[in-house]
Amino acid sequence: MSLVTSTTSELLGQLASRSVSAVEVTQSYLDAIQRRDGQVGALLSVTADSALAQAAEVDRRRAAGEAVGALAGLPIVLKDNICTQGIKTTCASKMLKDFVPPYDAHVATRLKQADAILLGKANLDEFAMGSSSENSALGKTVNPWSFEHAAGGSSGGSAAAVSAGFAPLALGSDTGGSIRQPASFCGVVGLKPTYGRVSRFGLVAYASSLDQIGPFARDVSGAALLLDAISGHDRRDSTSVDAPPTLTAATVEQPLSGLRVGIAREHFVAGLDPEVEAAVRRAVEVYKSLGATIVDISLPHSKYAIAVYYLIACSEASSNLARYDGVHYGHRATEFSNLVEMYKASRSEGFGDEVKRRIMLGAYALSAGYYDAYYLKALKVRRLIRQDFDAAFQNVDVIASPVNPTPAFKLGEMTADPLKMYLADIYTISANLAGLPGISIPAGMSASGLPIGLQLLAAPFEEEKLLRAARMFEREHGPAPMSWKSGV
Amino acid sequence: MASNLKYLAIMDFTTIIGLEIHVQLQTKTKLFCGCPTTFNPDQPNIQTCPVCLGLPGALPVMNRDAFALSLKTAMALNLELANFTKWDRKQYYYPDLPKGYQISQYDLPFSSKGWLEIDVPSTGETRRIRIIRAHLEEDAGKNLHDESGRGSDSQVDLNRAGTPLLEIVSEPDLRTAEEAKTYMEEMRLLLLAIGVSDCNMQEGSMRCDANVNLHVHENGETIPTPIVEVKNLNSFRFLEAAIEFEVKRQCAEWQRTHIRMGAPGGYKTTRGFDPNRGVTFEQRGKEEAADYRYFPDPDLVPVTVTDEQLVAIRSTLVEFPAARRRRYQQQLGLSAYDARVIADQGAEFANYFDAVTSLCGDGKQAANWLTQDVLREMNERRLSISEFPISSALLGALLVRVTKSELTIKAAREVFATLLKEWEEQEVAPSAERIEAIIKERGLATVNDTGAIESVVMAVIGRNEKAVADLRAGKMQAIGAIVGQVMKELKGADAKVVRQMILDKVGIS
Repeated sequence: MSLVTSTTSELLGQLASRSVSAVEVTQSYLDAIQRRDGQVGALLSVTADSALAQAAEVDRRRAAGEAVGALAGLPIVLKDNICTQGIKTTCASKMLKDFVPPYDAHVATRLKQADAILLGKANLDEFAMGSSSENSALGKTVNPWSFEHAAGGSSGGSAAAVSAGFAPLALGSDTGGSIRQPASFCGVVGLKPTYGRVSRFGLVAYASSLDQIGPFARDVSGAALLLDAISGHDRRDSTSVDAPPTLTAATVEQPLSGLRVGIAREHFVAGLDPEVEAAVRRAVEVYKSLGATIVDISLPHSKYAIAVYYLIACSEASSNLARYDGVHYGHRATEFSNLVEMYKASRSEGFGDEVKRRIMLGAYALSAGYYDAYYLKALKVRRLIRQDFDAAFQNVDVIASPVNPTPAFKLGEMTADPLKMYLADIYTISANLAGLPGISIPAGMSASGLPIGLQLLAAPFEEEKLLRAARMFEREHGPAPMSWKSGV
Repeated sequence: MASNLKYLAIMDFTTIIGLEIHVQLQTKTKLFCGCPTTFNPDQPNIQTCPVCLGLPGALPVMNRDAFALSLKTAMALNLELANFTKWDRKQYYYPDLPKGYQISQYDLPFSSKGWLEIDVPSTGETRRIRIIRAHLEEDAGKNLHDESGRGSDSQVDLNRAGTPLLEIVSEPDLRTAEEAKTYMEEMRLLLLAIGVSDCNMQEGSMRCDANVNLHVHENGETIPTPIVEVKNLNSFRFLEAAIEFEVKRQCAEWQRTHIRMGAPGGYKTTRGFDPNRGVTFEQRGKEEAADYRYFPDPDLVPVTVTDEQLVAIRSTLVEFPAARRRRYQQQLGLSAYDARVIADQGAEFANYFDAVTSLCGDGKQAANWLTQDVLREMNERRLSISEFPISSALLGALLVRVTKSELTIKAAREVFATLLKEWEEQEVAPSAERIEAIIKERGLATVNDTGAIESVVMAVIGRNEKAVADLRAGKMQAIGAIVGQVMKELKGADAKVVRQMILDKVGIS
């Protein structure tokens, strides 16, 4: 039992000293999945056999004194929109429910090189579109802290898996908050890196200019370690930044002196849950007590962020998802009379409501006569939002804010009102529009026993600073508690 | 068609033609992935990868070589180069388009505003055809249909998907089918000369869409008729035939409907061309039915072009066919016809000509040889100029003897023919030594020694009493036999000199 409650660095230490084998670690997590994932529903597939084989190979190499990777023997789950060669990658969609990629995503390759052990693929909102993982066509994920509550989304399966002790590490993708929001709902650490920091090659695209792969872990140093393993330039992704992999794990324990923490006045307004606000205010006090300067800042264009996000994301999605037409792969309807009917029937059957909604919004925004008013205008406002942050980061190192206006909401509570669900993305979306790195770290519990996250944002490519700042708070606040102890 | 011809006769109109030429660039790999671009219709879908198959999660990466070839083409077409260009997605559904969009360039193409000059054969006129833009895009795959509409499935071959394609859009400056054909021919010659495409029209490496309409002049007014786009013309002949057909058809249409461009029913339409029947047929109606929802491709970064790149590319440009023709006419005094024949054979042939000319110092002489002897022998043997056994250096060495009067043209032809014969029948490689030997063996060297000529002339006169008598009697044709016998003994002698000497000796002057 102790293995699945350990942090990444504890596990690595034990593995390195060979006081525990990779097979034992892997088996412990597989057992936990076996026992509890029937209730949590975090995973869409479990690759037990290949995981144990991979673990045995790591043990053999370690015993033989051969070199092993930085994550050797550490189990990990990947969000099921990250391509894994020979392993189904479904995007939680009926459209791709049988799709087996003939290639690995760049991050999957990097993880293999690091000798991480792939345990399985995690549930998500279909094609990463949603904030609760309720839009999955293939499974239902609940919050490990309370089965009536959402795990968040779209990377809900990844967050729930780490929270429930199914894996010490997970990868998700964050287009508008899809790593940070479920991390806050499930009480784990979730990091969205700078756009371009991690190759998107093999990440099934939702909104290409916003999507970014990032780590989940039980603590900040685990997230740092995983970021270091997956970051760095990849020539197969033209938007991947030509920079070497990060080395954040090496410095994450070093506090920052003279840290300036920005608080945006636009972030503390009506609609913010008092418990969430209190948790964030307490966190700010912690920083103050650590010698940080608290700076009031303004992000005047943040009020447009949700509108801009849904225009840009849906526009790109409408195009990115055009390839699922039933011709070459994916779901194809059986009843049709001609080509156009085949397209219509295949797409109508293959996509869920939320995906269709976003495709329609996007196709509309890009249509002749509307492009300038919607898409082009959104691009311009996006630039203004980025400029707000550029100005703010002249005076602060990080910006502290809530992750979500509320703790986890009840399953089914938001599904009837998509707009309400969209509006809850208010704190996370700007980081995607501006390309900034952002992190969600556990910052307390609500009276009803649900985790509350604290978000920190930093300037582009300042992951090292961001993680060190996050670690400063974590050290004072204590590590994330395990959800299964308190409810599962 | 008779009624159409009637309209042609009575209508006063101008034909307006603009061409969109698609050229496949000669790169080793596709525009956005590492797959080969080889034409391979027999093994469908083997030149593919996740990127050009449009698999989930695959991302495009621009092929820098394709972009460099595009820049080179743009320079040759006098186009202005943008220092910032981007990629856009052109979105439509079709089975040969695996991503549901084509990566193309919309509002910021890498080049715009250029021109290409054409020499119109029938009028001798030189016309400058303006080019609106040239942009780079990826090609689609190929659908293979069961045309009956039911029965067996359609099939898709994606070998070609993602091949770099340059689209060159002209202004509607062309006025006749002949001009359109000439423009496309000139384009082909130019692109071949600068080595950016193989322009193989059978394989679809070069094809065009023709936009055709009429400006009808009636009662002092000029009325444009609806534009028709004839798609996918893959030969010069089809292009010419399709336009000629369209002109007649549109004349008849105008007479029948009087619908002008933009009026109700006056939409741009798309037609195909049926080469078997020589007619165009309607493919798609209203142009506004297609909304491609262009937007910038977020998977690709904008491209900036540096001055260093431009200088490097410019240094690889060679002389263009039109400039060559002009140079041949103006500097070497060639006829327009010869200049065209040589330049239009392609850069390699023209380079051969240039080499021969500089060695023998006589462009006209070299042109005669190239356009007659060399071309004839090449064609008979189905050889390209690079396969032709007599190199430009050898031919130059042979012809320099002619210009120096060491060899008559006739003798040089004999050497030329002998070299080819030896090569063909005995596998003897033509060489300077062989030229020397053939001249010696056959006594082909020009004889300028008057004494030697005189002694042969005297001997032949002595043997041909009858012919000499006839000659003296005024039958001038009798001289032929005497000259012939002299020349047989003295192959390198100048026949004119021989003839004069015979007349002197016989006593007729």
